[in-house]
Amino acid sequence: MSELSVNHLLGIKYITEADINLIFETADHFKEVINRPIKKVPSLRDITIANLFFENSTRTKLSFELAEKRLSADVINFASSSSSVTKGETLIDTVNNILSMKVDMVVMRHPNPGAGVFLSKHVSASIINAGDGAHEHPTQALLDAYSIREKLGDVSGKKIVIVGDILHSRVALSNIFALQKLGASVKVCGPKTLIPKYIESLNVGVETNLRKALEWCDVANMLRVQNERMDISYFPTTREYTQQFGLSKQLLDSLKKEIVIMHPGPINRGVEITSDVADSKQSIILEQVQNGVAIRMAVIYLLASKIKHHED
Amino acid sequence: MSQKVLLNATEINIALNRLACQLIEKHDDFSKTVLIGIQPRGIFLAERLKTLLEDEYKIKNIKLGYLDITFYRDDFRRGEKPLEANKTNINFIVEDKNVVFIDDVLFTGRSIRSALTAVQSFGRPLEIELLTLIDRRFSRHLPIQPDYRGRQVDAINGEKVKVCWKENDGEDAVYLVKS
Repeated sequence: MSELSVNHLLGIKYITEADINLIFETADHFKEVINRPIKKVPSLRDITIANLFFENSTRTKLSFELAEKRLSADVINFASSSSSVTKGETLIDTVNNILSMKVDMVVMRHPNPGAGVFLSKHVSASIINAGDGAHEHPTQALLDAYSIREKLGDVSGKKIVIVGDILHSRVALSNIFALQKLGASVKVCGPKTLIPKYIESLNVGVETNLRKALEWCDVANMLRVQNERMDISYFPTTREYTQQFGLSKQLLDSLKKEIVIMHPGPINRGVEITSDVADSKQSIILEQVQNGVAIRMAVIYLLASKIKHHED
Repeated sequence: MSQKVLLNATEINIALNRLACQLIEKHDDFSKTVLIGIQPRGIFLAERLKTLLEDEYKIKNIKLGYLDITFYRDDFRRGEKPLEANKTNINFIVEDKNVVFIDDVLFTGRSIRSALTAVQSFGRPLEIELLTLIDRRFSRHLPIQPDYRGRQVDAINGEKVKVCWKENDGEDAVYLVKS
């Protein structure tokens, strides 16, 4: 087994445990590469990748772009705010126009869930989903699980709680799939209004008391409250949210064991997590960012190796 | 499929001793020299030479690293089988050092071409030499020749040279395999 079972990375739901492990092993090699004096390999010098961001992103876009450049791919960037999408062009038209410039792979972020799946049925390029609405964000889940594996040695058998806005979070859903495929148990914790109804059908426990959740877990993944996706009020005030679901140093120190703290970013300091926790020794937030580049290099490399070479 | 012995354990041992002496002739106490085994098959030969130089010839502190060339190969996406990477482990400075690449068989020269690119990621060596146990003549795709060779072999394209090491394959031997 040294090849992915899929031609696109549309979501963790569509890949196998063996795929995840292959991505991790490949990322181990790339992590060594990006710590060399010269952090670049020539593997993808005949591959062109388009980064299509129909929704804002800072770190994911930077991370993908860096991963692509470290693999020597040619990169073109596209942001919907400065494009013809605002003039009424459809998604397929936009992408086909870009593909006619001989692009081999598309990294796409889109506000609509399923945009990646839809596109993969209509265009020939290899698609990587960099976040589709509140659906999936597979590379984030992979780098989260990879960071847990790096910190704790293994993901299997570990207990992970995802805290915060589960309802609007693509990170939560992808994380649940990835962690469960790797044999971890997952709970979610947050205000009832921000926990989707279907969650128990995914075999995920629900806890509304943060202290209890933290006492149960080995790792706490703190999510951001996505105010921009909220059309109605899901909790009375930010202050009340912080009191019930914010992680403070005081709470962390009062636990009987030392747990690992993660956050996919961007952090709202003082809301879901206080500064001293985010910057503490238990936090692996910056390791997550570094691992993000290695994981994305691995995903891009493995998908690119399935694009056959043509003599044209 | 038939196979013929090219080198037996005794002959390999003699060749290794000769190669070790040739390295000493050129590199003296190895203070400015580093050995780099090319993954995956060159590392056994590299380990053997290091042990020999240290135990038999009393040379101390020989630096040995492993270099994986997978991401530098020129046949990415061109083969049937996906390329599988191995570990790179170079925990010393390559800049301004005499580097000796060590691999078991020199065939087309493409692996060494990749290794020449790969090693540049770690700095600019003073010079790079190549040591191989088996040098397959008349099969090169690139102008690359070994500086130290154990045995030169004439083999046609359909034939394969198989190098076995006790620690990995149970015996020391080199075979010419005809398919």
